[in-house]
Amino acid sequence: MESLTLLVLVLDSTLRLSAPLILAALAGLFSERAGIIDIGLEGKMLGAAFAAAATAALTGSPWAGLAAGIAASVLLALVHGYACITHRGNQVVSGVALNILVSGLSAVLGVAWFAEGGRTPQLPGEARFLPLEWPGADALRDVPGLGALYGELLSGHNLIVYIAFLAVPAAAFVLYRTRFGLRLRAAGENPESADTAGIAVSGLRYRALLCTGVACGLAGTYLSLAQSAGFIRDMSAGKGFIALAALIFGKWKPVPAMFACLLFGFLEAVAIRLQGAEVPGVGEVPVQFVQALPYVLTVVLLAGFIGRAIPPRALGVPYVKER
Amino acid sequence: MKGLLVAALAALLSSGAVAAAEVRPGVVYDLGGKFDKSFNEGVYNGAAQFSADHGVEFREFEVQNDSQRVQALRNFARRGQDPILAVGFQYASALEKVAPDFPETRFAIIDAVVDQPNVQSILFREHEGSFVVGIIAAMASEGGSIGFVGGMDVPLIRRFACGYLLGARHANPDIRVFQNMTGTTGAAWNDPVRGAELAKSQFDRGAEVVFQAAGSTGLGVLQAAADAGRLGIGVDSNQNHLHPGNMLTSMLKRVDVAAYEVFDSALRGEWEPGVRALGLEENGIGWALDEHNEALITPEMKAAADEAVRMIVAGELEVHDYVTEGECPAK
Repeated sequence: MESLTLLVLVLDSTLRLSAPLILAALAGLFSERAGIIDIGLEGKMLGAAFAAAATAALTGSPWAGLAAGIAASVLLALVHGYACITHRGNQVVSGVALNILVSGLSAVLGVAWFAEGGRTPQLPGEARFLPLEWPGADALRDVPGLGALYGELLSGHNLIVYIAFLAVPAAAFVLYRTRFGLRLRAAGENPESADTAGIAVSGLRYRALLCTGVACGLAGTYLSLAQSAGFIRDMSAGKGFIALAALIFGKWKPVPAMFACLLFGFLEAVAIRLQGAEVPGVGEVPVQFVQALPYVLTVVLLAGFIGRAIPPRALGVPYVKER
Repeated sequence: MKGLLVAALAALLSSGAVAAAEVRPGVVYDLGGKFDKSFNEGVYNGAAQFSADHGVEFREFEVQNDSQRVQALRNFARRGQDPILAVGFQYASALEKVAPDFPETRFAIIDAVVDQPNVQSILFREHEGSFVVGIIAAMASEGGSIGFVGGMDVPLIRRFACGYLLGARHANPDIRVFQNMTGTTGAAWNDPVRGAELAKSQFDRGAEVVFQAAGSTGLGVLQAAADAGRLGIGVDSNQNHLHPGNMLTSMLKRVDVAAYEVFDSALRGEWEPGVRALGLEENGIGWALDEHNEALITPEMKAAADEAVRMIVAGELEVHDYVTEGECPAK
């Protein structure tokens, strides 16, 4: 029973930790499937986190914060698009530039507006996305097994976590079952043939970047309004890059990418729980080992089990209609 | 009357001029940042108070990474800042290098010992204060489980943890104490999300009170406590106002007083190098009781805490110091 509870708690924490990764990975999916490398996921998340926290601090409404977060992220995505679709700039350079820009800009604006060293004020409960308790979760909590599963694992997360998991089938549907998705994939695999078939490749790529912006905006808002209560300098802490790794891990497919994100989230959750715990036969595991574990496992899995990941063919190549 | 006024004015002007000539304080903060509502902010408050009291401007710098430490100290010394206060033990090796190059400049460092003729090292006996809040935490817990979240895993933070553990055991020998450290690098001071996850993992295992010594990471710990309806204990500065009703108390480490004293003694011409240790006896360490937490502190808790303070000050009770004696005696 003890171990079941422990497992449920770890899985519970896994869901919380992997939600922003999933959203960011889906954001990257749209962009990269349309042929645009997106190193800038990190920057977009951070920008969204800052805009959301700043707006929520001023208005007291999480919804206004969410809107601002998405708007900021979409804006950054469009800047990326302007640089590398319209002007055919290098996509990696543009992405890295956005990351650096946002990391500095958010801190500077934070200092200028709130004078708290780049942090936004701590948000009260009503300005955040708080956990939603599902009906009957409390009543079921004491039922063995089911109570833990329903009461802890499914219920009690905030709205954006549920959105993240619903977004996975939604993204898969859009990508594989709609005309927009087919054209988007065509633009990423073979833009010349898409163009021949009468599809405006650059317009399509811009629309893909809009999707990217919205998903990244949700991820960033989650960081500052749901997972914590306010913006902290560089709070995305590399999550955008981990999401990018998960996307490659998942071979640019929505459902495998989600599992890769869940794996990363799970490893981090385990690392947190394992700290200071006694492992039978070994004794207390050193903190350093536990913290290195996710990275070690990633390397092992990447080297041994995943196999070759083949990117979209036109990834990173600006489309030139005529020479 | 008029003569008196002129004399007073002249005295004021001259004292101001002398002060400005004698001290030009500089403060270099640690990675947690100036506004961490805790350790660094305490130093800032002390320096700002000094500045307001004596009309002396002070310069300050926040390092963004470890490699800037030497550079920041050297810059301040070259510009003629004096005395220069380095906040945090992570400045020890940087100061070791810089101090001999500027023998005329007075340096001070908090939380570390740098053995140089122009450095004052300020240490706090955090284990004493942690012992006291450990007692309060143990008494506030009905189920007999409490937690501790530290920042970077270093002896200094282990000292907090050990004092807290011993205090809790002192009040309730059967209490369970969960301990977690956020990380092993400087980034561990600035990761509230991880802090919150660690706190949640302790709450899930039954902890009712959590004590944080983790800089900005601790803000996430206290937020998690407030979200879960549990109790948090703040550190360094008085953090009771952050989440009234969910803050049991704060372990005060009066870095503000220490910072003020460094500059003030320089102004008075009484600054001395060497090691200063501040504890309960010198009022350098304490616990916070104010309007935000008075409803949570029962008369029994207050009596027990006051008794522990008295015994430690009187020397009847010696709290084990992890840093000098190593290995916490309790597990």
